[in-house]
Amino acid sequence: MFNAIAEWFSGVKAEFVLNFITKNRWKMMLTGVENTLLITFVAGMMGIAIGVVVAIIRSTWDKNQEVMRPGVGKFLYRIVNGIAKVYLTVIRGTPLVLQLLIMYFIIFASSRNDMMIAILAFGINSGAYVAEIFRSGIMSISKGQFEAGRSLGFNYVQTMIYIITPQMIKNVLPTLLNEFIALLKETSVAGYVTVMDLTYAASRIRASTYSPFMPLVGSAAIYLALVMFFTWLVGLLERRLRKSER
Amino acid sequence: MNADQNNVIIKVENLQKHFNGGDLKALNGVNAEIHKGEVVVVIGPSGSGKSTFLRCLNLLEIPTGGTVTFEGVDITDKKVNINIHRQKMGMVFQQFNLFPHMTVLKNMTVAPTTLLKRSKEEAEKKAFELLKRVNLFDRATAYPHQLSGGQQQRIAIVRALCMDPEVMLFDEPTSALDPEMVGEVLDVMKSLAREGMTMVVVTHEMGFAREVADRVIFMDEGVIVEEGTPDEIFNHPQQQRTKDFLNKVL
Ligand SMILES: Nc1ncnc2c1ncn2[C@@H]1O[C@H](COP(=O)(O)OP(=O)(O)OP(=O)(O)O)[C@@H](O)[C@H]1O
Ligand SMILES: [Mg+2]
Repeated sequence: MFNAIAEWFSGVKAEFVLNFITKNRWKMMLTGVENTLLITFVAGMMGIAIGVVVAIIRSTWDKNQEVMRPGVGKFLYRIVNGIAKVYLTVIRGTPLVLQLLIMYFIIFASSRNDMMIAILAFGINSGAYVAEIFRSGIMSISKGQFEAGRSLGFNYVQTMIYIITPQMIKNVLPTLLNEFIALLKETSVAGYVTVMDLTYAASRIRASTYSPFMPLVGSAAIYLALVMFFTWLVGLLERRLRKSER
Repeated sequence: MNADQNNVIIKVENLQKHFNGGDLKALNGVNAEIHKGEVVVVIGPSGSGKSTFLRCLNLLEIPTGGTVTFEGVDITDKKVNINIHRQKMGMVFQQFNLFPHMTVLKNMTVAPTTLLKRSKEEAEKKAFELLKRVNLFDRATAYPHQLSGGQQQRIAIVRALCMDPEVMLFDEPTSALDPEMVGEVLDVMKSLAREGMTMVVVTHEMGFAREVADRVIFMDEGVIVEEGTPDEIFNHPQQQRTKDFLNKVL
């Protein structure tokens, strides 16, 4: 009995050494974690930038199209709004992996900057989801808030800056951070375009050691730890927001 | 009251507001004058166009026809910077519309400091004076959701007053309030009227209209049917529609 346990332990230890220590394979895992976080953060920022712009275009159009005076301005706005709509539909209606492959093999076929292409693909994808989060955030603020601002003499932009945006950020922050957490997991397909993220690192180790358990379960554990950490942060923030008001 | 032309602060001529491409005529040729220091109360059945009329006065609703002249300027002219004029027309809404992410004090100072370039100290001094007047001096650091409806509406009134408006527009300021809080808001409005503030008030509070109004306007179906002193409208209405309405509400 004791022997069996001891044997099992030494087996596990051997597995661990083989997959992570030998040939400094842990460095590959570390690179994977770094790249996963890098892609997530940069693509996340990009997603927010794209999302804000698209959300403003979409909701301004929805709210003002009836009162806008016809003319060149309105025509241009209609086109810009149309582009935004197509973007949202296509990105949210097709698989992320295919978007990534299309970026890599078609749009940037001549570039070999894998990392940049991956970040771009994830950022553009995330932007579509973030845009809808922001849009519902804008729409959830009552018309009365806008009118109260305008009736005091604030112009459109000032009303957006001082009254609408601060409330919107508060409304969307928790959802936005959850989108960020989802993005962290979604970056695990980066290996399709040979970017060494955490999943791809694990997969490469598995391929050279022929021993799947340690690298796969190990990398899953690292994702889980990261997700739990960020979820904890979001919870903390939510409680802080709720305490200050509403 | 004073029909002197020089005292006209708002002049409304042939005001039209059509919705749904003209199918719905919310305002159908309204003419009115508001004089300095006057309290005008607008009454009428639901859907008669009272809110639309009031909201056209500061162009929150863009008229589809006619003009609104404020202090001698036709503010329906597209070349006019409406934001400047709105600073001098305070508005109070049925739903209060305080800014939920700001304290009471910030609600009151954000516009004067941003738009009138007043210093923070100056704006806060004025805010505290006004808060004292409405007995909410101790709530300066509270957030709107921590206040009762009556308190919120009183804050909404003084928030508008912080801009030193020439006119105050009220759209059913007590309709969203629990009955026991109506009095405290009406009291603030009465004291404002006594001090000579020019006020246009849409309300269902006939007691307030009788007591405070210099002039009562009765609207129905997008037009002014009848106007006059409270005595004329409430005790000697001339039009059948006015009589019918008053019979229902009094
Ligand atoms: N934004 C809008 N779009 C379409 N129709 C509108 C709009 N605003 C008002 N209306 C219509 O215009 C008419 C006048 O509305 P208004 O709100 O001015 O009436 P009111 O006298 O204030 O009524 P209440 O006493 O119910 O507040 C109504 O038939 C209303 O349905
Ligand atoms: Mg109304």
